[in-house]
Amino acid sequence: MTTTTTKADATTEPATPETVLDARGVTMRFGGLTAVRDVDLTVRSGEIVGLIGPNGAGKTTFFNCLTGLYVPTEGEVRYKGQVLPPKSFKVTAAGIARTFQNIRLFNNMTVLENVLVGRHTRTKEGLWSALLRGPGFKKAEAASEKRAMELLEFIGLQDKAQHLAKNLPYGEQRKLEIARALASDPGLILLDEPTAGMNPQETRAAEELIFAIRDMGIAVLVIEHDMRFIFNLCDRVAVLVQGQKLIEGDSQTVQSDERVIAAYLGEPIEGDAPTDAPADTPAPAGTPKAPATEAGAPEEAAAPKETTGKSPEKPSEKPSEKSSEKPSEDTPHDPASGKENDA
Amino acid sequence: MTTISENPTAPATPATTEATGLIGFIPVHIARALTLGGGALTVASCFLAWTWTARFPGDLTVYGYPGGLQLQVLVAGLLTTLFALSSYGIKGTRWLTPAGADGAIKLAALAAFATAWYTVAAISIQLGGPVNLEPGGAVVAVATLLALVGALALPFERPATHPADPEDNGWDQFKHRASNGLTSFKAAFGTTGTPRRLPPLPTPVEILIIAGVLAVALGVFTYGIGTEYDELFIGFLITAGFGFAAVNKSGLLQQATQLTGKHQNLTIAGAFIAAALFPFTQTDDQYATLGVYILIFATVALGLNIVVGLAGLLDLGYVAFLGVGAYAAALVSGAPTSPFGVHLPFWAAILVGAAASLVFGVLIGAPTLRLRGDYLAIVTLGFGEIFRIAVMNTDGTSGPDITNGSNGIASIPNLDFFGFDFGAEHTIAGFTIGRFANYFFLMLLIMAVVVLVFRRSGDSRIGRAWVAIREDETAALAMGINGFRVKLIAFALGAALAGLAGTVQAHVTYTVTPEQYLFAGPIPPNSAFLLAAVVLGGMGTMSGPLVGAALLFLIPNKLQFMGEYQLFAFGLALVLIMRFRPEGIIPNRRNQLEFHEKDETPATLAKAGA
Repeated sequence: MTTTTTKADATTEPATPETVLDARGVTMRFGGLTAVRDVDLTVRSGEIVGLIGPNGAGKTTFFNCLTGLYVPTEGEVRYKGQVLPPKSFKVTAAGIARTFQNIRLFNNMTVLENVLVGRHTRTKEGLWSALLRGPGFKKAEAASEKRAMELLEFIGLQDKAQHLAKNLPYGEQRKLEIARALASDPGLILLDEPTAGMNPQETRAAEELIFAIRDMGIAVLVIEHDMRFIFNLCDRVAVLVQGQKLIEGDSQTVQSDERVIAAYLGEPIEGDAPTDAPADTPAPAGTPKAPATEAGAPEEAAAPKETTGKSPEKPSEKPSEKSSEKPSEDTPHDPASGKENDA
Repeated sequence: MTTISENPTAPATPATTEATGLIGFIPVHIARALTLGGGALTVASCFLAWTWTARFPGDLTVYGYPGGLQLQVLVAGLLTTLFALSSYGIKGTRWLTPAGADGAIKLAALAAFATAWYTVAAISIQLGGPVNLEPGGAVVAVATLLALVGALALPFERPATHPADPEDNGWDQFKHRASNGLTSFKAAFGTTGTPRRLPPLPTPVEILIIAGVLAVALGVFTYGIGTEYDELFIGFLITAGFGFAAVNKSGLLQQATQLTGKHQNLTIAGAFIAAALFPFTQTDDQYATLGVYILIFATVALGLNIVVGLAGLLDLGYVAFLGVGAYAAALVSGAPTSPFGVHLPFWAAILVGAAASLVFGVLIGAPTLRLRGDYLAIVTLGFGEIFRIAVMNTDGTSGPDITNGSNGIASIPNLDFFGFDFGAEHTIAGFTIGRFANYFFLMLLIMAVVVLVFRRSGDSRIGRAWVAIREDETAALAMGINGFRVKLIAFALGAALAGLAGTVQAHVTYTVTPEQYLFAGPIPPNSAFLLAAVVLGGMGTMSGPLVGAALLFLIPNKLQFMGEYQLFAFGLALVLIMRFRPEGIIPNRRNQLEFHEKDETPATLAKAGA
């Protein structure tokens, strides 16, 4: 079980976390439909956080809110302490990269060009330098190409650099999307169902790839339906049901939560009133029913309960981590942070 | 009942006729001989008289040397003969057909047949009956027919087709068989194989080959532009069309592309030299005029290709930017009708023209580029018309007096560039270079600038951003590309390049009027033709719009006898081309892969673009 061993060092690593992503009270309404309601989520550096939930739960909408594709109706998203701008290209420039649920490569560009497009925010050459072709332009192009080839080697596609993206097999297209996202030197990468449609071997490979990305110092937030994959991979898992966060915690907490099971099996949520969300903090290991103790206090239906339950959770959880770890964290962790600042 | 009895035979036929041609009953060796003989006879018959009177243009009455349409048949016949020789594997001709000879033979024979029979028919109709044919005319008709029959009898690999379902009703069966027939018919003209790789050659030899290819291209182009009467031009279109297809099928074209791709800069330089030689092949200024107009048209089309081909922004009002440049140059040219009495030197005028277009590009682009797809097309179409109507109305009565309204700005003086008067004739190395030839050289220079801009911007960070936006705007935004900004740059750059061409256009045409800048009209530089040139030639390529523009200018210009039906015929031709070659005449390698997914195409793309 290599996974368990990797997970072991995973738990040791977040001993020094810095909050990379901090979403507070994100709500997204489309007309009368509330797709995402008051969701809080934090991702700390060196962490792999999973986001699961049944189809239509609002996971991708939440992702789009994080990446500026949608502007949340309420709430705010901070990346390393700064509120994210509402344009997706600015979000990418700030340091959040993403992949898409349905692969969105630039089909008629080569594999290498796809990755080079990902370098866009980290290079500056405009039209004039392209027309005049000074030494600076050539240097920058060569540097971009070198970095792109490194990334292709990282995902193992270096030999197919000149193929058209659309001619790649499915699994490699997924990988290429990840490489393209990595090319923008992100501090956080959002993966939207990275293993959808993959066979078990490919899923394993994707798992290794995500661990490798984490080891590069990049925090990962991943949506996935493959539960084995998610629970092997993630340090923390958040469950989104009908636009609301049901629970957040480590794999065991989530796996054993009755409401999660109920949500996946289709039992009405109102059915199990007694449990409650505020569960969480990554610490508790083998306490399946821990949240139940807290549950008694609020008496409304599950939904509103959660929101009330969560607000205390957040502040309590954050300062504890932040205060102790942030200073030590900055230095070892991400090579990208320097570039982020000048972007 | 018949259907049932037929059905068992259906699967049997493909097995027995594995290697027959479209005409099944002729044995292969006879067919091949027939083709060779027909080709040779065609060549010989071009030296005979085809008709007795010189009333048919081109003087086909002479024994001993070919004239007019005979020359075209001769070329097609030569191609057929050479390809046929090559199919026999004769030493010294095998290099002609690196991708297999049979497909090339069929098309070359078709070229000879179509041109010859067109000529014979034209003679008979124009002079009142086949009586007017000399024996030579009959000989060429028979010879080309023989060659064609032989070629069609050549074997080809029949594609696997499904036999008709006997339980279908008659009409469905008919449809099914028709589609099967069509499939094998198409396969008959299909490529016979992938071309052999070119053996490694010393660089000077490769350069010589490129020079040869360019010389042939210049020759064909010069011949086409110089065709003096309608029959000759139609014959030229037939011969050139099928001939081009034949050379393409033979695999020679791919090998040439391979070479030119290897020496790209050299090829471009060579192409410019070849183009610069064009005025020297002409004895008077008549065809240099066409040359200038083609260059203006092609330059603007290339500018549009940045906007449409690279960035994927469908701009239907592009000609307005040409107009802005032309008007700006005309207003500062010192023309007597210009309300501004200034006369700037040419270098300043050209900057003014380009800058004015740039400003207009930004002004029009900033509000419209927030739209995508069809909406952008509609809005740009509107802005194109707004430009024309605004120019029409700023005549001093309906609005401020700026552009002189529908009369336009007339008698724009010729350019004078550091003492070089563009209006006068000059003699260079014994060749007289007239007014239009002077402008031809100037336009060539401007086109070189545009080509440079196109290539360099396309192959850079910003060019990749354009293509990314064309491919998937949402994903491009998520990759950190500021979509609006990048699109605006493409739009403004395209506009500035069109303005650059417009400054010269104003001087070439003496007059600028609003009616020159329509959305669609019979005279080429208009938005619809520009877009057609880009799409027809090949979107996103460099040479595509140039070829497309040349064709789109020449065809309406040479087919004026068609009168009102000209646009109709033209539209029909466009529809057909889009049906059968959607990637354009000179395809972007990317697009070729895109449109012909099922065919075997190389999976890799050595170097983007063309």
